[in-house]
Amino acid sequence: MKRKIIPWTVGLLFLLFLTILASLSIGSVYVPLGLSFRILLDHLPYMPAAGSLVQNAIIWELRLPRIFLAVLVGAMLSASGVAFQGILRNPLADPYILGVSVGAALGAAGYIVYLHNIAWLGQLGLPLVSFAGGIVSLALVLVLAEHHGQRDRETLILSGVVIQSLFGAFLTFLIAIAGHQMQEIVFWMMGSLANSSWQNVVILLPYFIAGMVYLLLQYRDLNVIALGERAATYLGMEVEKKKIAILAAGTLLTAAAVSQVGIIGFVGLIVPHLMRLVVGPDHKVLLPLSTVAGAIFLLWSDTIARAVIPSQELPIGVVTAFVGAPFFAYLLKKGLRRGKSESF
Amino acid sequence: MSLFEICGVSQDYGWGPVLQNINFHLTEGGSTGIIGPNGSGKSTLIRVISGLLVPSQGEVRFRGKTVHSYRKKELARQIAVLEQEGTAPLPFTVKEVVAMGRYPWLKPFSELNRQNDLIVEEVLTTLGLWEIQDQSVNTLSGGQRQLVSLARAMAQQPTVLILDEPTTYLDIGHQVLVMQHVRRWRFKKGITVIMVLHDLNLAGQYCDKFLLMEQGHIRACGNATEVMDQEIITSVYGTSLIKINHPVLGVPQFLLT
Repeated sequence: MKRKIIPWTVGLLFLLFLTILASLSIGSVYVPLGLSFRILLDHLPYMPAAGSLVQNAIIWELRLPRIFLAVLVGAMLSASGVAFQGILRNPLADPYILGVSVGAALGAAGYIVYLHNIAWLGQLGLPLVSFAGGIVSLALVLVLAEHHGQRDRETLILSGVVIQSLFGAFLTFLIAIAGHQMQEIVFWMMGSLANSSWQNVVILLPYFIAGMVYLLLQYRDLNVIALGERAATYLGMEVEKKKIAILAAGTLLTAAAVSQVGIIGFVGLIVPHLMRLVVGPDHKVLLPLSTVAGAIFLLWSDTIARAVIPSQELPIGVVTAFVGAPFFAYLLKKGLRRGKSESF
Repeated sequence: MSLFEICGVSQDYGWGPVLQNINFHLTEGGSTGIIGPNGSGKSTLIRVISGLLVPSQGEVRFRGKTVHSYRKKELARQIAVLEQEGTAPLPFTVKEVVAMGRYPWLKPFSELNRQNDLIVEEVLTTLGLWEIQDQSVNTLSGGQRQLVSLARAMAQQPTVLILDEPTTYLDIGHQVLVMQHVRRWRFKKGITVIMVLHDLNLAGQYCDKFLLMEQGHIRACGNATEVMDQEIITSVYGTSLIKINHPVLGVPQFLLT
């Protein structure tokens, strides 16, 4: 396994770079690949000006912030999925399926409807309220699924479904009474990167860094917990404390992403699974590579969402669900066939 | 000084007492077998001893200090526990799982250094796992996976090894293999071994002290002649047995009648 790490890292980073370039030129206005690259360079000192003003604005003000946002959100959702699957020892655990995303969305929607007048919190408060919402829904799901200190993996998914329906209903209720803010809430339910700006990127960046740095340092614990909670305790791990901390970090990543772009499902399920197939289960490698792969996956999803129908945008959550739901079905079927006792 | 002092320990999960007023001392060294019928509290007892469970009443002292006053990692450097299921069929490689045994010795953000690598390599060689060190654990048989667990415990470099029915799911060949490795390790490093065993004959062969449990109490405790007695064993297990001495080893063995 070890020998594959470097080629995969280099390969994925190169692929991310190509994806960014492709995504820059694809869209309702086509900007040739070479030109979009030159427009980027144009912003470095001492480089000659390139492209027209309009092209420059499209690349720099519209597409580039959106691309950065997609990269961040994809990375965050994917890393969050790795953390959830690892610490819960459940290959189907994913922030969307466990209802964390909908909780975060409800938090954000509630904030917009009721608390948007609190000026000092402003845009910066949004991820924090989302985080609170995500934590509440995750706690409910975990408590609901627990039975004599044990959690069956299908029960966990069912509990996620229950909380999703409940919080989804609250969300719809908010839409019904919200009036003129309705558009914004619908946006959260479907997930979209349209109208994204550099401001979204700046708001997300600190959450991305904090969550990622913490999780990357936890790789050894995420590996050891795979042996089982009792075995991990015998090895000297403070299992309950670690679990809470890692779940909180995963929730923070997802909630911050949801607060900016809404609910985008299945990223945290698909990407870590595919990466586990190619680089193995060691979180020291799996986590960083899933983060890069998540960025690539979401960037392509968003590019498809805005390019597939001319002059119209699909919500990105639709694109990821088209891929993710069948993938989830496949994993569920495979898991049932193998028997429940076996974790991934 | 006693290694373990178990004073008035009772454990109740809520549906009746599992352990009732258990008292005993254990000195360093040797191999103690905890035997008794199903549901007599053997596994609960070792979970209490190893610090996994806080007893509802009483106290477990390890090297003079309450077992719960140790930090988890501190305790893990002293006590390793091998469970009956062995290592789950994980996609990690044998070497990766064995290296996890170094967990309690590593500082939070440090890497496995050369010294740790050497310990892992030595263990892999000792247990004959060197050839399969890069294989995923989920490709191994149950017996091999139990050896991997033992290797992980050895890499932990404890002074006490606790085993909970380590041979339950193994064929005779692997049962003896695991027990032989444990014995060799005990002689070489002078560790203390405590094991729960179902098989009285394995216990007779690989233990020098015995603790016989019956319905949450200690029925008998001491050496082979004190515990491995035909009358006591027959009454505790509720089935008639014949005790003989092993023709080669001279240790007590039981035959079903």
